[in-house]
Amino acid sequence: MIPLHWYLLLAAALFCIGLYGVLARKNAVAILMSIELMLNAVIINLVAFWHYLTPLVASGQMFAIIVYVVAACEAAVGLALVISIYRQRNTVVAEEIDLMKW
Amino acid sequence: MDIAKLLNDPVNELAKLLTGLLAGMGLPSALITTILLIIGVVAIGTFCLLLPLFLIWFERRVVARMQDRVGPNRVGWQGSLQTIADALKLIIKEDITPIGADVIVYNISPILSVVAIITMWAVIPFAINIVGTTLNVGALYIVSVGSLGTLAIMMGGWASNNKYALLGAFRTVAQLVSYEVPMLLSLLVPVILARSMEMNKIVGEQSIWFVIAAPIATLIFFATSVAEVGRTPFDLLEAESEIVAGFHIEYTGMKFAMFFVAEFMHAFTVGSLTAVLFLGGWRGPWAEEIPLLGIVYFMLKSFAGYFLVILMRASLPRIRIDHMLDLCWKFLTPLALGAIVITLLFDKLGPALLNVEYARWVGPDYMFARAGLLLLGNLLLGLITLYILSSEARRQRRAAEGEPAADHAAHGGHDEHGHGDEGHGHAAPTHAPAH
Amino acid sequence: MDALQIVFLLTSLVILAASVAVVTVRNLIHAALSLIVALFGVAVLFVLLEAGFLAAVQVVLYIGAIAILIIFAIMLTRRVMQDTSTQTNAMWWVSAVMAVVLMAALAWLFMPGMSPLTFAITPLVPPADSLARLGASFVDPNQYALPFEVASILLLMAMVGSIVIAGEKK
Repeated sequence: MIPLHWYLLLAAALFCIGLYGVLARKNAVAILMSIELMLNAVIINLVAFWHYLTPLVASGQMFAIIVYVVAACEAAVGLALVISIYRQRNTVVAEEIDLMKW
Repeated sequence: MDIAKLLNDPVNELAKLLTGLLAGMGLPSALITTILLIIGVVAIGTFCLLLPLFLIWFERRVVARMQDRVGPNRVGWQGSLQTIADALKLIIKEDITPIGADVIVYNISPILSVVAIITMWAVIPFAINIVGTTLNVGALYIVSVGSLGTLAIMMGGWASNNKYALLGAFRTVAQLVSYEVPMLLSLLVPVILARSMEMNKIVGEQSIWFVIAAPIATLIFFATSVAEVGRTPFDLLEAESEIVAGFHIEYTGMKFAMFFVAEFMHAFTVGSLTAVLFLGGWRGPWAEEIPLLGIVYFMLKSFAGYFLVILMRASLPRIRIDHMLDLCWKFLTPLALGAIVITLLFDKLGPALLNVEYARWVGPDYMFARAGLLLLGNLLLGLITLYILSSEARRQRRAAEGEPAADHAAHGGHDEHGHGDEGHGHAAPTHAPAH
Repeated sequence: MDALQIVFLLTSLVILAASVAVVTVRNLIHAALSLIVALFGVAVLFVLLEAGFLAAVQVVLYIGAIAILIIFAIMLTRRVMQDTSTQTNAMWWVSAVMAVVLMAALAWLFMPGMSPLTFAITPLVPPADSLARLGASFVDPNQYALPFEVASILLLMAMVGSIVIAGEKK
């Protein structure tokens, strides 16, 4: 049997790796990829708790599906923004995108 | 060993025989189950890799007859060993990797393409008790594994370090991702009618084939699946006249053969999915008692679907990419949504009108009434669609000829199924006057 | 050490290795492909957790749509001159320290010996019709019909917004 805390530790590790990626990478698309890792860690946590504590209600899986919807929306809008910025400034390095429109 | 039982139900009898043999050798039962599972996986994989040998020959002969020529008829009886000769030729060809190509991704891409197709066959039921595995999300599993094939094409196009391959991969992925949407939506209709996503249950509920209860969904599913494979008329993926050969320009020898095998197997899978979801799968007279007959019916129906795919290939010209995306987003997606709404509406209208409860309505007593009502609903949807398309075509024709649009009230207004502005770029024939 | 535990350990090894590759590899396409491997590993994990529907949704949504979107974005925003500068910014060691500290805190919280909390050991069995219950919960007005509608409006907003933002300016 797999104890619950194994899943929680895995999700925590994935979250921290994603956190490092968001804070340390320069490329905006790489930052978005790390955000997806963090969201996956959250979903693993939700489904693990659903399976181990309350499998009879559908709340756990429902919450996970709402997180999927939010992740998809955020990826779409974020990448649209990145492409739009690339067209204007010709760069996707997050450090160089530091001035508002003047 | 009972020959009659073996002929009756070959797969399960062989499984029982092997179990007895392995248990006699003293292995624990968990290991026996694992060994049988591995043998099953190898059997399905072998079937998927050997069937294209027959499919390619079949296709070449049929296309040749439609083009008033003979096709391969030298190698073996009526050319049946031609595919083996081609495979041998491709194996002994030189294996070139272009300079600057990403070696790992370049090599994985054709493998992933074939893997995506083989794993689809894990949930397709051959007979009442012959199915790889009974997932309770079988229909969604098929779409999810199909998207792995899309990824393989993207990787192949990028890893070739070639602008034309990349361009071909972009267009291909745009087409495949767009056509997944109406395919998923039309896949929902048999799921609604059977109230389960499990493939064997969907076949089990088809006392009347779903093609009669949901013809529009059948047509949409078939058309979008053909677009997913990349077959004519949707074969921009390999448009030889336009972008040389699309994403597999730089692939030679056995790697190209893997893409080829994946495409033909996918075309056959389209036929068999249409058979399972809409044509009743393995159902037929005495299919429940004799599973071998179930396999025969299933293969006949799948080959009928595959024959239809070949017919389309041999007779239709290629469709342009902007027409193709218009067709998907402006015609097929609203129509698929309309089909779902019609199915739900009429499926609940029936028990309300006849004052029965839903559990009896889906039972065998009312199966003709249910199928008839749903067919009526689909006819209604079809008539509304044709009306909208014809009034839109009339409007475009009048605008092109410069006449005042006298029929302004009949332009594509709202109908109760939320189609909205439909019919701008539907199919090539009606575009001709407006161009 | 039964079979399920071995499968879990192998899968988590693959997920962690792939995610480390995502955050450290210089070539962005390789990072995107490692992301796909990590997401597939998470789908396998959902199958272990007996949430088959979520596993299929994970593959369709993340691998079939979001990963392809990310690869498109990488290819459309590649610079003509491949820069040879580093791919982490100047304060990467601060981020590394923060990630390690957070991981240590969470590990202390979750390890059964050190933590003040107790967690379940054996999973409960989900009912056979959990999929039907999930579907019913989405349309039941007493359960989660409202979040369902809000999610669909959110998707509509995201669709319209990304088309407007990324569309070609006429």
